[in-house]
Amino acid sequence: MSDVIIRADGLGKCYLIGHESERERYIALRDVIARGARDLVRSAGDMMRGRQLVAGNEVEEFWALKDINFEIRRGDVVGIIGRNGAGKSTLLKILSRITEPSTGRVEIRGRVASLLEVGTGFHPELTGRENIFLNGAILGMSRAEIRWKFDEIVAFAEIEKFLDTPVKRYSSGMYVRLAFAVAAHLEPEILIVDEVLAVGDAEFQKKCLGKMKDVAGGGRTVLFVSHNMGAVQRLCNQGIFLEDGAVKLQSGNIDTCIAAYADTRMGQISSVWVNSGDEYKNSVFIPGSLSLIGKDGEPQAQAIYEEGCTVELSGTLLVKDSDFAVAISVYRADGQRLFWSSVHDTATGQRTIPPGKLRFRVQIPPRLLNEGNYEIEAVAYLHNRRYVVAPGSGPRISFDNSLHYTSPYWDKSRDGVIAPCLPWAVEHLEVERSSARG
Amino acid sequence: MNSFDRLPAEEARTGAVGPAGVQSSALPGTTPERLLILEAGRAERNYWQDLWHYRELFAMLAWRDVSVRYKQTVIGIAWAIVRPLLTMVVFTIIFGNLAKLPSDGAVPYPVLVFAGMLPWFLFSSILSDASNSIVTNSNLIAKVYFPRLIVPSAVAVVALVDFAINLAILAAIMAWYGFMPNWQIVFLPLFVVLAVLASLGPALFITALNVKYRDFRFIIPFIVQFGLYVSPVGFSSAVVPETWRFWYSLNPVVGVIDGFRWCLLGGESQLYMPGFLASLAVVVAVLWLGIRHFRKTERTFADLI
Repeated sequence: MSDVIIRADGLGKCYLIGHESERERYIALRDVIARGARDLVRSAGDMMRGRQLVAGNEVEEFWALKDINFEIRRGDVVGIIGRNGAGKSTLLKILSRITEPSTGRVEIRGRVASLLEVGTGFHPELTGRENIFLNGAILGMSRAEIRWKFDEIVAFAEIEKFLDTPVKRYSSGMYVRLAFAVAAHLEPEILIVDEVLAVGDAEFQKKCLGKMKDVAGGGRTVLFVSHNMGAVQRLCNQGIFLEDGAVKLQSGNIDTCIAAYADTRMGQISSVWVNSGDEYKNSVFIPGSLSLIGKDGEPQAQAIYEEGCTVELSGTLLVKDSDFAVAISVYRADGQRLFWSSVHDTATGQRTIPPGKLRFRVQIPPRLLNEGNYEIEAVAYLHNRRYVVAPGSGPRISFDNSLHYTSPYWDKSRDGVIAPCLPWAVEHLEVERSSARG
Repeated sequence: MNSFDRLPAEEARTGAVGPAGVQSSALPGTTPERLLILEAGRAERNYWQDLWHYRELFAMLAWRDVSVRYKQTVIGIAWAIVRPLLTMVVFTIIFGNLAKLPSDGAVPYPVLVFAGMLPWFLFSSILSDASNSIVTNSNLIAKVYFPRLIVPSAVAVVALVDFAINLAILAAIMAWYGFMPNWQIVFLPLFVVLAVLASLGPALFITALNVKYRDFRFIIPFIVQFGLYVSPVGFSSAVVPETWRFWYSLNPVVGVIDGFRWCLLGGESQLYMPGFLASLAVVVAVLWLGIRHFRKTERTFADLI
């Protein structure tokens, strides 16, 4: 009993969301004025009663979490997984006291520190040194604690030279490194982390993951949300799988959870994605379709090991911007990203893609992917500026890769992430007698 | 986080909640842990202790606001001097020279005006900055827990820095006119506290409302502008007819400004006691209402912001 450090009991969280009801067919000025007056009276009434203002004239309750029960023991490292909108972030927000539950209760024993975003409260005008103290205080460290760990934080972030430069002059990489360095030196009993490893370059991610592992290994309780199943698998020993605001599976074995998650995901992603009309609305690039095509140019759901495959992404580019680029990410069924590839990879100088309807094709080379199920996600971005279609929420398709057995020795999927077919050479330098006789 | 620091006294109370609390406190070598219960509509029992534990965050936020305030401005800190000085000149000309309103006793009119402007600027800058503070710090509110009361109160520190500068200007003006304050000046700190409390009351109330209804963003500048003329900043409150004086004092700023003048103007300005007590009562009542409303709504800030 004393081991239970967090207990959730019938936890629920409800939000009010508004809709516009069906509009009258004819819009006359008279109607607009009448509706405006009606809305004004209604919101004035809401305000008098101290209610929340909701846009639209139909209010609906939306349960982001419903009847959540779980127990977490001291020293557990729990991965919380689920699709976007499954309620993971809401759960973390409740546990870190940012928002209160609508129903149910949670009992927590011990100091909680939550890391829902990297660099919360960083002020661009302040220097790196000042921001370390500010951010540390925001995350709950005392000034003495920060001073004690200051050199360690600076060394971890690798920003010694820029310590007295305002962070607004930092590169985005430096900014993220500094922000994570502060957070990584928190020492609470319970650490809550939301998808913060998705930023920074690969090497730094690895370093962060290592640091997180140290934290987890130190007997602390960690709750970790990520879409990176590889990271979840390496870090966590327990799993909670959320779906539509409810606990679908809680397991002491993280692999069971990941497998359950992978199963439900695969069923939902088809081999062709077409924009339904109002998805990914933005002012830069609107993806139109994503598919895998075969030699004949027709969409297919199956890739053949020997032949590789071609990914086709079409869309409309609305601006002329030399920083614009699209990319694809290739994921294994468990969510581990294998690699990603950008249209800029083959550019030798600055390359500006003219606006208009575009079709990108990229070849995934033959003899590379292992047998199994894969997902491809399309991403669009302005280089070094921002994501237009961000990884984690971009359009996805899935496909099967089957091995084509050219060698009789290669008869099943192999251990390992990829299964390249590499050229081997065998040379006889000296023929051994015994074998020559035989 | 600081709030989760072990609190032995707290443990004694929460120990009664469940056997686990007792058990963990009995473990040798470990200090007892606090049991935190999150429930809908549950009032935080250790709110004021929490607030105390977050004092370093309070200091950091205040320091951040102060140090960022005049960054990337050409004349920097001089803004803190120019604004009140020009206001004083204009008020002296309008109320003292054109309208020919009487001063308190033998006090030079600019000194009278400046002594009234000191608390007024303190009041108005706390009111307007604090009211927007939660909205401007929404990234913090949405991502980290701390007692939300810290954010609007940290704003008061910035206003106090400007206040200190203004006080130095007043000293210079008084020296220029050869005007000396007497012993009553020792009460000045009390009135500074009163001014801060008088502004925090309405500020907290409006801050909480502003999170939900952004209309208040437009109301605040209006209140500040309006209040400057309604409050006895450019004139002495002794100008107000005797029959109306008490009702006039229900404006809490009247009591604060009168108190400041009483302290600073060396016995030339008299304190109208019934009015002052009325102002004081209004300050306390509004502060209580403000804190109560703020605390009632702060748990939903993250959802609304």
